[in-house]
This record gives sequence, structure tokens and C-alpha cells, in this order.
Amino acid sequence: MSARDVTDASFQSDVLEHDKPIMVDFWAEWCGPCRAVSPILDRIAEENPDKLDIVKLNVDDNPETAMKYGITSIPAMYVFKGGEVVKRVIGAKPKPALEADLAEFLV
Amino acid sequence: MRQVIIVGSGPAGYTAAIYAARANLQPLLIASSVDFGGELMKTTEVENFPGFPEAIMGPDLMMRMQQQAERFGTEIVYDDVTKLELSGDVKRVTVGEGTVHEARTIIYATGSAYRKLGLADEARLSGYGVSWCATCDGAFFKEKKVAVIGGGDSALEEATFLTRFADKVYLVHRRDSLRASAAMQDRAFADPKIEFLWNQEVAHVYGDERVAGIGLVSTVDGTETTLDVTGMFVAIGADPRTHLVHGQLDLTPEGTIAVEGRSSRTSIPGVFAAGDVIDPTYKQAATAAGSGVVAALDAEHYLAAQDDLQAAVQPAAATA
Repeated sequence: MSARDVTDASFQSDVLEHDKPIMVDFWAEWCGPCRAVSPILDRIAEENPDKLDIVKLNVDDNPETAMKYGITSIPAMYVFKGGEVVKRVIGAKPKPALEADLAEFLV
Repeated sequence: MRQVIIVGSGPAGYTAAIYAARANLQPLLIASSVDFGGELMKTTEVENFPGFPEAIMGPDLMMRMQQQAERFGTEIVYDDVTKLELSGDVKRVTVGEGTVHEARTIIYATGSAYRKLGLADEARLSGYGVSWCATCDGAFFKEKKVAVIGGGDSALEEATFLTRFADKVYLVHRRDSLRASAAMQDRAFADPKIEFLWNQEVAHVYGDERVAGIGLVSTVDGTETTLDVTGMFVAIGADPRTHLVHGQLDLTPEGTIAVEGRSSRTSIPGVFAAGDVIDPTYKQAATAAGSGVVAALDAEHYLAAQDDLQAAVQPAAATA
């Protein structure tokens, strides 16, 4: 199962009004490291079904949201809680390193 | 136990895998969990790899090498090596959270890692305007001013690529001439968006939440200037990735793994090295691929010689 897509139009309801922590993976087709990290995020989501939701946002198709959050490097993985950014992780990393970065949301 | 384990998934690793697989050695290739494909995964058009007159995208080239290696029976593991035990006849490779793979030979082809400037603010603003990958991040600098640091092929390639998006690209180099190839230099010099700042070193990266400018110091007279940019792309070369073999394999004064003559033989029998990790000089995709061939053939000869030796000391078994 791979992460569901969110868009500029759905960001408010899908992410900002979401009732638990949700991580947005800002990515693009042409970004090699994004393609590398995507299956790892899927596995983390699968292994933590009740804790952290993970969705992805294509920065080419949804430039408004990417610009609003000042994305200048992808993959960028932002965790939102109650409409606010509570954690930023930048760059593709191995699974154990990502899990360590996200530990507070996976416990 | 395997005949051969290849560590690394750039041109050297995959080419070694193609040759080893075609020699029926059924290689296992450890590709890493996120950095697989090596440096070419972060490049756009590769124009100097023979056989692709129209150029090929770096990630596409690596995908093809991977498919070619798999076609002949290479098994690929997408995980990170955490420990290597190289002495002895059985080599042990530990990956991820503890799985151990064993083999009679190892081909070590881990390439090199981007060098950093070493400034505290560079690390703090990494991902917030400081980047090592123009192809990944360039598009976020539409109509902005950016700086590329470095004077080699990769610096000029990044600078030229960034002109697609940025209004202005400063090429900051600490010398007064470039190491880059003539073709790359001609292209960059002809580009009206690229301005060369010679004999300048980066002393500061400014900005609270994101890059707001960089401070330069002249290497000639120490004059300090501030450059108004929102992006800084660092392309000052790379260092061989040898941390897994420190204390095990001999290194050269340049920090690469020492090999015997033109071979891939390291200081431990049965351990071979290939690609940028043994090459302080050329560091091209095509030279790395050639180096991978050498390593696979050396491993094949080593295994055959070991088998002959085994047969000689156990004549009964050999004639049975």
C-alpha cells in the first residue's frame, strides 16, 4: 500500500484539520532521493497504523502548498499536528534513521 | 556461503556484478537503502558515457545497469552495511539490523561522499537553502539568485543546470582557474546568467530560518564581501567512503583504498576494491565501470586459484 496523495485543494481538510499527527512527504517525479525514500515511508506507515498517518504531496502539481511552507529541498517530510508543523525531516535517510527522527510520533 | 558479495551500487558495483554474474558466481549486491545507484542518481544528462550519443539521464543509466546485472542472476539487497569482517577465508557482511551475509570474496565499491565546507551554519541551514543536489532542489529557486561553490565538472554542471530556474548563478571558486573539462567551461563561460567570482572562499552562511546570503573572503587580499543569495549549492568534491574498512584495509596517502598496481587487489586476500573508492584522480562513470570489470575478473581468478589449491591438498577428493 502506498501513501495517499494530497493536493493544494485538499490540504486544509486532509492535513490541517486531521485529527491525529500526519506526515506530509513533499516529493517530485524527477527527484531520485524521493523515489528512494518513498517505499521506506510506506513501510513505516504500515508498521504504525494507529500512530502516524503519512501522505504525499507532489510539489510540481501543488506549488502553492510547497511555497507556503517554504520547501527548498526534497524529499521534505513535515509532521503536522493540529494544523501546525511540529517536526521537519529533510533528505532521504535509511529506515532506522527516519524512525529515530520520528520516534516521538511512533511510540 | 556466497562466492562473492559486492558492496556498492554505482557504475563500479553494477559492472562488477554483470561480469561476476556472467561468470556464474551468483553475486549478492548490497545496494544501500537510500543512496542506491550512486552519484549518477543525482545528475541529469550524462553526455560522456560511451554508447549514448544523445545523452542519457543519470538515474536511467543506473536503472539499466541494475537490470543488466539482474538479468544474469545478480541478487540485490536494498540495505546498508554496518560491519565488515574481512580477514580469514570467510568474509562477513552485516547489514541493517543484524542480518549477516557470508562470502569467499568481497568487492568493495562504495564510491565517495560529498565534501562539506565545514561551517556550522552550513549544517544548520542544510535543506533550507544549502544543498548538495541541484537536480533535486534547483526548481525551488525560480527567479532567485543562487551561488554554486566549487570549480570542477560537478560545480559547472550544477551552475549550468541552475540557470534553467534561477535569475542569476554566482560560481564561487577559491582559485583563479577551473579544473572542469573544456566542454563544461565553454558552456558556463557562454552563459549570461553565470557570473564567476574568482579567488573567493565562503566564510559565513547567513539566515535564521533559511539562507539569506553568504559571506565571502578573498584568498588574495582577505577582503570580505556579502553575496545576496537565497540558495547555496556546494560542489567542492568528494571523499572516498572508507569508514567500514578503516583498520582493516591499507589506504593511500590520498585516503583511497590501496590496490596492487592496475589490479583491484587490496591488502587482504579475497578482498577487491573498485571505482571512486580506489581512484583519487579520474572519478568518471566509465572509469568506474572499467574498474568494476577488473575487480570481477580478479575475484574470479582468486576463486579459481583457491579451488585449485584445495584440489591439490585433497587429491583424494579431487580424483573421486
